[in-house]
Amino acid sequence: MEFLSYLISGISLGSVYAIIALGYTMVYGIAKMLNFAHGDVIMVGGYISYTFMAYLNCPGWLSVIVAMLVCTILGVLIEGFAYRPLREAPSLAVLITAIGVSYLLQNLALLIWKPDPISYPSLIGGTFKLFGGQLSISYISILTIAACIVIMVALTLFTSKTKMGKAMRACSEDKGAAQLMGINVNRTISVTFAIGSALAAVAGVLLCSSYPSLVPTTGSMPGIKAFTAAVFGGIGSIPGAFLGGILLGVIEAFAKAYISTQLANSIVFAMLIIVLLVRPAGLLGKYVPEKV
Amino acid sequence: MKNLNKKLSGAAKKDLLTYVFVIAAFIIVNILSSAGVLGRSKQGLLVPICCYIVMALSLNLTVGVMGELSLGHAGFMSIGAFTGVVVSMSLVESIPSAPVRLLIAMVCGAVFAGLAGLLIGIPVLRLRGDYLAIVTLAFGEIIKELINCLIVGYDTNGLHIIFNFRGDKSIADLNLVEGGTAIIKGAQGATGTKTIATFTAGFILILVSLFIILNFVRSRTGRAVLAIRDNRIAAESVGINIMKYKMIAFVISTAIAGAAGALYGLNYSNLSATKFDFNTSILVLVFVVLGGLGNMLGSIIAATVLYILPEALREFADYRMLLYAIVLILVMLATNSPKLRNLFQKIIPFKKKEGGKVE
Repeated sequence: MEFLSYLISGISLGSVYAIIALGYTMVYGIAKMLNFAHGDVIMVGGYISYTFMAYLNCPGWLSVIVAMLVCTILGVLIEGFAYRPLREAPSLAVLITAIGVSYLLQNLALLIWKPDPISYPSLIGGTFKLFGGQLSISYISILTIAACIVIMVALTLFTSKTKMGKAMRACSEDKGAAQLMGINVNRTISVTFAIGSALAAVAGVLLCSSYPSLVPTTGSMPGIKAFTAAVFGGIGSIPGAFLGGILLGVIEAFAKAYISTQLANSIVFAMLIIVLLVRPAGLLGKYVPEKV
Repeated sequence: MKNLNKKLSGAAKKDLLTYVFVIAAFIIVNILSSAGVLGRSKQGLLVPICCYIVMALSLNLTVGVMGELSLGHAGFMSIGAFTGVVVSMSLVESIPSAPVRLLIAMVCGAVFAGLAGLLIGIPVLRLRGDYLAIVTLAFGEIIKELINCLIVGYDTNGLHIIFNFRGDKSIADLNLVEGGTAIIKGAQGATGTKTIATFTAGFILILVSLFIILNFVRSRTGRAVLAIRDNRIAAESVGINIMKYKMIAFVISTAIAGAAGALYGLNYSNLSATKFDFNTSILVLVFVVLGGLGNMLGSIIAATVLYILPEALREFADYRMLLYAIVLILVMLATNSPKLRNLFQKIIPFKKKEGGKVE
């Protein structure tokens, strides 16, 4: 029973990572940049939804929608102002800019919401008992896992069936050729950022519902872990991000429970290193041989 | 003078300029501090600035010269720092002279960090691009957590080291005999370290690192590393052993980071491993990128200016990191966006040199 409960908490944590990693992987697939500010969008999502719930007495679901809207706008603005002018710049310059944006968001949050941790009211409370009370699963874990699956299916359908999804795939393969075919590359990238940021807001709400302490740096560690998850699964691949996120969450939960709490993150990172050594493009990533 | 100009190539002149700049800066700072112009708080910044300059030089060797992005350089600094603290604290009685102890500590820090670089380099340097970056990040975090578990003490029987993996061990488990001291106390880090780092030592370390790196870059090995950076396939096809040369550059880079770490560790009486996290690695990376890839003088200036900047903005209190972030974004946009650069060039007509390459 213990094993099952660790497994479920691992899958639930992994689902949060997977949702964040989906945003990471889509942005990486198209813009070919490591968006280090993605983790901080999660934090903004958490704060926005908290503000609406605590000060304006909004119901939980409405605060999530507001948080998604705000983060979507934020994502598009960040892309437009900070990343778009650097489209042709070397990737390191874009990386440093992303770090600058990450500092900016953290410090803005620090000024607006103050550094003291905020206790986030969970979206839905209560637990669900199985096997005569031996196994209890919180509703929020079930919601998180369900949300992750819905998002993953929706995104897969979106990228494979819609026109915009096709444009995204075209851009990620070859921006120049896509432009020649009449695809508006800048708009496609903006849409990708918008989707990624809306997902980050959802992840922020779910993360804070499970781990209720909210501070301006809440997003950075889950951001790094989700990035790891995206690489783990093969960056640029949507099922890869999902698989990587879930695996990472499960490994982390088991490492915490059975090996060492102190070294849980190290074990997760060590797994990443091993996977990359065996499969240099990640679990589901496509290995592209170099042409000479 | 004309003769000298003829003899020295462009690269050598640039190197000479770097040395002259560092020495001049050292003399000026010394004059200022003996004249009492620098306050106590500003003098306290001198050693950390030296450490970060050396870190920037070291990372510039990896990122600028070798062309691979490392996001875990603070991990090597951390290894150097804690090695340095342990060595220095264990030798307090046998070597009373502080400068000698500092030297030994820095050498040991460099050796241990270099060894770690060698071990980590074997898997890491096989990867490329963003994958390499994420693995260095992973190693940086692993080093941080491992050091967080470390408990080290010293007594007449020698060093006692235990790993606190499950969080159930404490200093008492070291079984130190009377008169022994605990040096590293797990998550608390190193406390009660005797601070022996000096600005002069920092200055010498900068000069030595510069000497090593600049000579390395101009050597046969260095040219091989540059060739790999510029075109890996072409370099491989003329018989350059990619792994070997990358490894040499990486180990030198990590060893220098270790020496910088040892100096840094011996500048504070309390030091915890969480100081050397991802943010520290990023901080150094920002110095390197803003200073210019492969440009050592640029790294030195960027590290100094950007380390002082948040301190200088202290009067803005809560807004200072916000301003720092905005300055960072604007500088990156101004130097890299073609539109903005054209705009600047219209206002201030200056010649933009081709950046990002070592001559």
